[in-house]
Amino acid sequence: MDNQEATNATILLMGLRRGGKSSICKVVFHNMQPLDTLYLESTSKPTSEQFSSLIDLSVMELPGQLNYFEPTYDSERLFSSVGALVYVIDSQDEYLNALTNLSMIIEYAYKVNPKIHIEVLIHKIDGLSEDYRIDAQRDIMQRTGDELLDLGLEGVQVSFYLTSIFDHSIYEAFSRIVQKLIPELPSLENMLDNLVVHSSIDKVFLFDVNSKIYVATDSSPVDIQTYEVCAEFIDITIDLDDLYVDNERKTAKDNGVKSISYLSNGSVLYLKQMIRGLALVALIRNDDAPEEQQDMDEVLTIIDYNVNCFKQALAKMWEAAKLAPPSLE
Amino acid sequence: MSSSSRKKLLLMGRSGSGKSSMRSIIFSNYSAFDTRRLGATIDVEHSHLRFLGNMTLNLWDCGGQDVFMDNYFTTQKDHIFKMVQVLIHVFDVESKSINKDIDIFVKSLTNLQKFSPDAKIFVLLHKMDLVQIDKREELFVIMMDKLQKISNPFQFKLVGFPTSIWDESLYKAWSSIVCSLIPNMNLFNSNLLRFNEVLDAEEIILFEKTTFLVISSTASIQRQSTQPPNGLAAANGSVESLDPKRFEKISNIIKTYKQSITKLRTSFNNLVIRGSNGTSFYVDVLTDNLFIMIVLKDRVAEPNYVNAREDLVILENIKAARRWFEKIENAK
Repeated sequence: MDNQEATNATILLMGLRRGGKSSICKVVFHNMQPLDTLYLESTSKPTSEQFSSLIDLSVMELPGQLNYFEPTYDSERLFSSVGALVYVIDSQDEYLNALTNLSMIIEYAYKVNPKIHIEVLIHKIDGLSEDYRIDAQRDIMQRTGDELLDLGLEGVQVSFYLTSIFDHSIYEAFSRIVQKLIPELPSLENMLDNLVVHSSIDKVFLFDVNSKIYVATDSSPVDIQTYEVCAEFIDITIDLDDLYVDNERKTAKDNGVKSISYLSNGSVLYLKQMIRGLALVALIRNDDAPEEQQDMDEVLTIIDYNVNCFKQALAKMWEAAKLAPPSLE
Repeated sequence: MSSSSRKKLLLMGRSGSGKSSMRSIIFSNYSAFDTRRLGATIDVEHSHLRFLGNMTLNLWDCGGQDVFMDNYFTTQKDHIFKMVQVLIHVFDVESKSINKDIDIFVKSLTNLQKFSPDAKIFVLLHKMDLVQIDKREELFVIMMDKLQKISNPFQFKLVGFPTSIWDESLYKAWSSIVCSLIPNMNLFNSNLLRFNEVLDAEEIILFEKTTFLVISSTASIQRQSTQPPNGLAAANGSVESLDPKRFEKISNIIKTYKQSITKLRTSFNNLVIRGSNGTSFYVDVLTDNLFIMIVLKDRVAEPNYVNAREDLVILENIKAARRWFEKIENAK
């Protein structure tokens, strides 16, 4: 049982050398500045990151120059123990080699572990012009499809993402990848939908505070701008709070950070800390009556109450998940 | 009357020392990265900035290449150096030819003494991020000593700052520069203290709206007024233990927030944070030109604490204070 839980939440990061794998790890999980990743050394052995959020996740990064099909390498065990395989393709480079490599890996991984999620990051798109991005994506999808067809693997689901570490697209992609690994996701989304319906919230995210990955959101479409604002709102709240925290008093009590900001178009940004390093960030729109702040106060009181209910539900869900680790379907 | 509220600021220094970068960050919302795209300034670039409503800053960003420099000190000298309120001279700490830098500084002091002897002089030692951390203090002291000695014959009192566009030091320097131009600082300060008596806050800070430079804060007023000779400030021990760079950091944080909110095509009115250990933060519009930030400490432990929607009370108090601060602003 223990073993199974571990299998569910490992992400394997692969790709050719200099594709940008270490940079992705550093930027997403260590808050490194994107420009500083220029100075990263080439990775020589597999490294893994522990990332403890709603689920305990580990991200394993493999050096690009290794050949996994050497008999000495225990690749069978490796592939059978991961939940998602993320393959990074450098879109600014010639990617034909990468595609051959990718289909080889998919063929092997799929044989070992048919439940594996296969995700392809078309990376470093910041250097491509707007229309060329779409072309590159279409080309890569087409070629991968053909390759897989040739190998007789029509049924494999491969998801593609356009990413860059210089904007929020990498967080967006990782959010989707991580979400596929959370077994409780449907119920979480349901709960968030419920919250949205009963609280006149426009959009709500459940964020991991450290990495800015969102583990769940309600079912309305994600607008990247709203996501960015919400992610930055977390930073601002935490930074301001940190300035006035004395170190002795820090552990005394931790009743959770909460912050509310009124915007001049009548919307409200709302943040409340949840369990296990998660935070709920909501955008509440109030288009019709920007002057009626009294109204907004009532709305906020209701939201406060509802969010507290949500927090309790989340805690319960977390308890239940710990008791009975979900099996792989 | 209106002419006195126009302030002429000269921004000078050798080419490549970072003058235009500073201006863009403080007044045009550039990020530190964006400044790489700035080209050389040709001749003098004028910008007129409204600051605190009725104060206009005329910032003369003087291109620093030798051709232009020679021009300033010869043909254009009465045009450039007349009616100057503030000279901000920028030194690049990495500069190879310090003697030439100083030479130009002396030239501008000479001209200033002739054309506007009442000008205030600020010296910024810029690009400090390129110096090792443990050497910065030493280098700054040495440079300031040297520059003060040079300017002694001209009877100018120098105020110096170490700055870098990559941290908060830039905000600190500019906030002092701009505050030196505000005529009724004392009124602001005394009203801020009285407001604090009402709220009993840990700290109150006033910011200018567009630049988010710090105008005034309760901590800095208390430091000025008490100034204890033995260096002990017993009255506000809790505030003293806080990060001394917090004002600049707050400026920076809130400016980032303002930027990020523009993605939703709007701006923000206020921000209320209930912190992890009970401290509350309130950032709100005070007047058309000012933002206020109030920090309240946790009061649950106090005997006569009433938790009757404190947030609303504070916001209501800010609204009440708005009237008074608007009066001060318009008094000029």
